[in-house]
Amino acid sequence: MTPDLPDDAPASAYDMGHAVEAENLATFAVLVDNEPGVLHRVVGLFAARGYNIESLTVAETDRNAHTSRITIVTRGTPHVLAQIEAQLHKLIAVRHVQDVTRDPNGAERELSLIKVRGSGPERVEALRLADIFRAKVIDTTTASFIFEITGAPAKIDKFIDLMRPLGLVEVSRTGVLSIERGVTTL
Amino acid sequence: MTALPANDTAARPQADPEMMTGAEIVVRALVDQGVTDLFGYPGGAVLPIYDALFHEPRLRHILVRHEQGATHAAEGYARSTGRPGVVLVTSGPGATNAVTGIVDALMDSIPLVVISGQVPTHLIGTDAFQECDTVGITRSCTKHNYLVKDAAELPHILHEAFHIATHGRPGPVLVDIPKDVQFASAPYASPAQARPIHAYHPRVEGDPAAIAAACDLLAGARRPLIYSGGGVINSGPGASAALRRLAGLIGAPVTSTLMGLGAFPADDPKWLGMVGMHGTFEANNAMHDCDVMLAVGTRFDDRVTGRLDAFSPLSQKIHIDVDPASIGKIVRADIGITGDAGHVLEGLIAAWNRRRRTADPAALAPWWAQIDAWRARDCLRYSPAKDIIKPQQAIERLYALTRDHDVYITTEVGQHQMWAAQFYRFQEPNRWMTSGGLGTMGYGLPAAVGVQVAHPGSLVIDIAGDASVQMTMQEMSTAIQYDLPIKIFILNNQWMGMVRQWQQLLHGERYSHSYTASMPDFVKLAEAYGAVGLRAERPDELDAMIELMIDTPAPVILDCRVERAENCFPMIPSGKAHNEMMLGEDVMPLVDGRLV
Repeated sequence: MTPDLPDDAPASAYDMGHAVEAENLATFAVLVDNEPGVLHRVVGLFAARGYNIESLTVAETDRNAHTSRITIVTRGTPHVLAQIEAQLHKLIAVRHVQDVTRDPNGAERELSLIKVRGSGPERVEALRLADIFRAKVIDTTTASFIFEITGAPAKIDKFIDLMRPLGLVEVSRTGVLSIERGVTTL
Repeated sequence: MTALPANDTAARPQADPEMMTGAEIVVRALVDQGVTDLFGYPGGAVLPIYDALFHEPRLRHILVRHEQGATHAAEGYARSTGRPGVVLVTSGPGATNAVTGIVDALMDSIPLVVISGQVPTHLIGTDAFQECDTVGITRSCTKHNYLVKDAAELPHILHEAFHIATHGRPGPVLVDIPKDVQFASAPYASPAQARPIHAYHPRVEGDPAAIAAACDLLAGARRPLIYSGGGVINSGPGASAALRRLAGLIGAPVTSTLMGLGAFPADDPKWLGMVGMHGTFEANNAMHDCDVMLAVGTRFDDRVTGRLDAFSPLSQKIHIDVDPASIGKIVRADIGITGDAGHVLEGLIAAWNRRRRTADPAALAPWWAQIDAWRARDCLRYSPAKDIIKPQQAIERLYALTRDHDVYITTEVGQHQMWAAQFYRFQEPNRWMTSGGLGTMGYGLPAAVGVQVAHPGSLVIDIAGDASVQMTMQEMSTAIQYDLPIKIFILNNQWMGMVRQWQQLLHGERYSHSYTASMPDFVKLAEAYGAVGLRAERPDELDAMIELMIDTPAPVILDCRVERAENCFPMIPSGKAHNEMMLGEDVMPLVDGRLV
């Protein structure tokens, strides 16, 4: 017998997970060959291994090199995040993976379109706050605005929170984009 | 391109690429990749390739009876030769039937190139006859896959498929080719002319600094252990040779996973036997108590580690793997070295010699004394009976009577597989073909077909169970068609033995649907296929029947009736640690901690 095992140890190995560790948010920038099915490979990896996707953006970034850039925000323990990075690397169509959360040089931006319905003083207040947050009005009716706001995800969260009591009815977000500051590239 | 006079060939910098159909490109690419044998089954969407195959004498096609059989045969072929196995199947059910073998190859890192036919491109997505989303279905169970939409891409994709399947951690690669692409004409490109589509250059050499650190750690070990896996086999015979040399240099005992058997010779005094759920007492205790573990080409599978939070708690771990995602995935590595097993082991040997390290037998003596004490328990001991064949005895006799032959062993999955791993003593790599990761019942018979195709003059034996063997029994017909004298050695206990064992030990002896009440007469079944059927029922006829099986120059099924209720021990019950093994009742007992 092993005396150092706790009494409430599970009877089966299938019931055991990793020790409880704190989960962190992480952002991965992934450069992939732009070919059919590549997004499915990346998303499928997350689904098959039970990893979370908090946000995901993808678009071709270099037409000549046939590369797309995928930015994934995910959540996990340090061990899981290291596995996500390693498993992404393993995909044949993935050219480069970088965990940009750890990078103090990283810039993160997200774009959001936000619809607010209201009238009277609330409408004025919404417009005033939008000005403070440098959100643009891209559509207006007598009863609504659509704001376009760009910034770090936390800034957008904050703006949405402020709009909630002022008639927030709909939100659309792109998910996070990231790039490294300075001369270096991915 | 500048037009040149037809007779002015000398002025051309290089000949125009040869134009051929997609189907001809497939066949030519296979020949140029050095393929000599492939396993397949024709169907509508792949007929142009079969037509091209008809005119190609350099390729031998083995017609299987079910596409799963083709994939397992290709796995056996690959595992026993070190060359990629090639499979050719049609669209729809041809592809879906192949999926089990593709997953099996992915789990066990076996290089396969699977070519599937697809409905013509203009019918894709219309639910056409025998259409399925083959690349979608196989995306998560291949190392990589392709849907070819342009015949001009085909030669490049095919050559890259072989490159990806055989480099880095090997695995299955599928190329799905619509029928119109097989008919279309395009220029051929040889392997030398092929343009890579992806940049795939996995790391082969280990980091020298990590190798030096590993070397120092091993030199300071007092209870070292080498834990070797299928990656050493995949790396080639040189890796097994390096493993043997390194074990000799550092004086460490060696254990191995199921997939790694044969990389280290079972007759070497440093061999501890297999590790894990049905591993030996000495291997599992050594794994638990070692102070430095050198894990090479292995991935800390749950059947190896048992209870993770009690896994080898005292050791510092060096993990060598060609797949960086395997390092630290399950068990934290103190030193992780990404690289090919053979190259890194050679690097370790060079570093050991360069740093003038020597093993200190006196320092290791207490460790070896402890190992000898574990060995003295004789954990595989069983009681032979007078009237009934014990399954362990059947394998022991099979080993004794075949060890001097040029022999290859395949297995199905279950108790017989574990007994084969425990009692058949492998001395060389590439001699042992079994489904480890996926645990595919029905693997062994078609795998034996593939091994025999690669090694026509050798003795190829499928150690089988009565339940598993019925899953792919139809491949006996393939063996007959191609004169492949495979031997199917069935340990017949009429139960799904491993299921029955778990039900007995873990489910209150409720034997839910694990008994086969209507077993076929395997002797008559063999005869129905045109093979030879033999039966052994009593211990005193076992040797004669095994010898008759060996001497019969034709496919044989030997129905070996064994003790029905025998359990496979030692066993680490699920969720237990390595030092909490269940042992059989015949092992040497301890009284007050001492052997009596």
